[in-house]
Amino acid sequence: MKATIITSIALSVLGLAPALAGKAFVSNERGNTITVVDTDSWEVIAEFFGGNRPRGITVSPDGKLLYVCASDDNIVRVFDTETYKEIYTLPSGPDPELFVLHPSGNPLFIANEDDNLVTVTDTETHAILAEVPVGVEPEGMAISPDAKFVVNTSETTNMAHFISTGDYQIKHNVLVDQRPRYAQYTADGTRLFVSSEIGGTVTAMDIAPDGTPSVIGKIKFAVPGVLPEWLQPVGVKITHDGRRVFVALGPANRVAVVDGATLEVLDYILVGQRVWQLSFTPDEQFLLTTNGNSNDITVIDVKKEKAIKSVQVGQQPWGVAIID
Amino acid sequence: MKLLLCLRNTAKSIGSNCNPDLTTVQRWPGDCARAREVSLSKMFAPLMAGLFLCVLATASVGLEVKTAVLRIDYPRLLPISRYDLRADDIGFAGAILADEDNGTTGGFLGHSYETRTIAVTPDAADAALAQILSDGIRIVALLADEADLLRLTDRAAEAGALVFNVSAPDTALRDEQCRPNLLHIAPSNAMMADAVGQFAIWKKWPEWLLISGSNPADVKLAEAYRKAAVKFGARIVQDRVFEDTGGTRRTDSGHVLVQRQLPTFTQGAPAHDMVVAADASDFFARYLSYHLWTPRPVMGSAGLRPVTFHGAHEAWGATQFQTRFEALAGRYVKPEDYNVWLALRVVGEAVTRANTADPDGIRNYVLSDAFELAAFKGQKVTFRSWNGQLRQPILLYDGQITVSVSPQEGFLHQRSALDSLGLDAPESGCRSFN
Repeated sequence: MKATIITSIALSVLGLAPALAGKAFVSNERGNTITVVDTDSWEVIAEFFGGNRPRGITVSPDGKLLYVCASDDNIVRVFDTETYKEIYTLPSGPDPELFVLHPSGNPLFIANEDDNLVTVTDTETHAILAEVPVGVEPEGMAISPDAKFVVNTSETTNMAHFISTGDYQIKHNVLVDQRPRYAQYTADGTRLFVSSEIGGTVTAMDIAPDGTPSVIGKIKFAVPGVLPEWLQPVGVKITHDGRRVFVALGPANRVAVVDGATLEVLDYILVGQRVWQLSFTPDEQFLLTTNGNSNDITVIDVKKEKAIKSVQVGQQPWGVAIID
Repeated sequence: MKLLLCLRNTAKSIGSNCNPDLTTVQRWPGDCARAREVSLSKMFAPLMAGLFLCVLATASVGLEVKTAVLRIDYPRLLPISRYDLRADDIGFAGAILADEDNGTTGGFLGHSYETRTIAVTPDAADAALAQILSDGIRIVALLADEADLLRLTDRAAEAGALVFNVSAPDTALRDEQCRPNLLHIAPSNAMMADAVGQFAIWKKWPEWLLISGSNPADVKLAEAYRKAAVKFGARIVQDRVFEDTGGTRRTDSGHVLVQRQLPTFTQGAPAHDMVVAADASDFFARYLSYHLWTPRPVMGSAGLRPVTFHGAHEAWGATQFQTRFEALAGRYVKPEDYNVWLALRVVGEAVTRANTADPDGIRNYVLSDAFELAAFKGQKVTFRSWNGQLRQPILLYDGQITVSVSPQEGFLHQRSALDSLGLDAPESGCRSFN
């Protein structure tokens, strides 16, 4: 890795490096590190300590701050995306796993997996604003584009809880299939997708203008030669226009391509082993997948819906966040 | 924050013996857990009832689910290893965790859960069950040996109660001795033996030396391994019985005798790939691994053991189960705890989805195609409609880690790979479920 860093420094000194290469930050759950990947050359350019058991990872709207759920440290660590230095930590409640940032950059909504809570933390004052009791093993976190609702999924209760950001009260609970892992709104906020890992489905809900959900269908998966129980949906990402939904299928080592309108599965893209989380590059040209068992990320060309590259990262990559 | 404070305060005021701030919080009394759930449902039910109705057509308010866990404590010799000592709250700790898990979910639906836990000597079991039934409880998890389990299950049937078998491995209970009101969370000897058998075949170790104990439970277990060998194409090169004559366990000089006895006992066996130990009564198998005449891996009752769950299992989110359990019980989980937790989670899932606390309603729902449950084993668990056995993966455990999980890759089945473990529909003599 040193060699890579030196090469990359040398390249930039010589003015050969592309001027505006983005960076992908990958949390390595076992390795306790964050791997930084150049999204132009797809080279690893750095790896730094990310706390103990880093899982959920996201960036501030201006791209300057990197937030990492350090699950075993019971805090959120905040890093500078340029220097990779830890700037400060935020109180998160116990065992933070996944979180979602308010579109304005404040506050942060954190799922506390061991404590059946969603913790709301002010990213400026570093104070905990609220603790919302939710179902057993909260994990997935999504925020509606109008920022009026935060959705949390509880893995053992099997519900999506719709929390009002106004009063931090739960307004709706929707039962979904076994072990809901991830929730994602479409960019226009009219639809929400919730993946159920053990149920093997993704539940699609229409969202009324007042935020009320109604289930409209379930996406199911089938791949010839793959045992049905290996098709375990986890990460979900939707293109900005809502036309394509990408679903990471865990130990099936595939990402499903789903038609956002008809909910029909169009294709399966073979990626690395035990694929969990997904993230688009900001220009939506590429989709990155974290593959926990093969210790790599796969780069998918979003338009072509094809895997084009894999990049070795740290031990057991979990999540990925990308900046320009 | 307000909600949380409200929850904690209510819990304090309801449970007089319950103070969550005590340092002994890791051993919460059941009452305390119950008080928390009561407070949860009280808090959420009025607040959210209206909202649930618009989202959840199936939800309603005000189901009280009462269950009991009845454990018969038999006089038993000490285990060979101190690590296998039975905790006083074995099984019951799983019930407390299940009540908490179910209660949290129930809080959103207006369902409350209350589980009574009772440990009795064998001669007091019938009276204890009678009391449970007369108190109106119709869902009971039993930790009992085969004969007691059957008698108590039949008594429960007279009262229309549903019973979960959470400990008895006897295959006959899933075969001709099955009962319509008896569902099995505990895997059968057949499932356990098949789990080992598949792994051995996957390893291409088909030649087995079978060493079984002489007690009735050992004999039953050995039979399961003989059947597994036939089922998966292994060969038992020799079948030896190690007589239980009583004797040294954990004594100061025990290992000296064992070190001399076992090599000679295992001497002169035909060539074999591995040793299968069938020692359900735990009197010799733990000594085998390093005292064999021919160095071979041991599987079954020692070495690589088939288990439903163990305290080091981490995969598939199990770490969260472990941390929740350890915070509650102050010790590592045992299979009995997991089985009780799973039985009550089955009940909770049925109540949540089918919106009923009626034993027949629960039975019908869990036996239907609609039922599925996540159980930290990597795939959903369901019930076999022909004998009431829970389909589930079996962990192969070496005392430290999950070495493998059966069913093994390549063992296929037209319905579910899980049905390659234990009695499949055509093999089971159970007719009570048709």
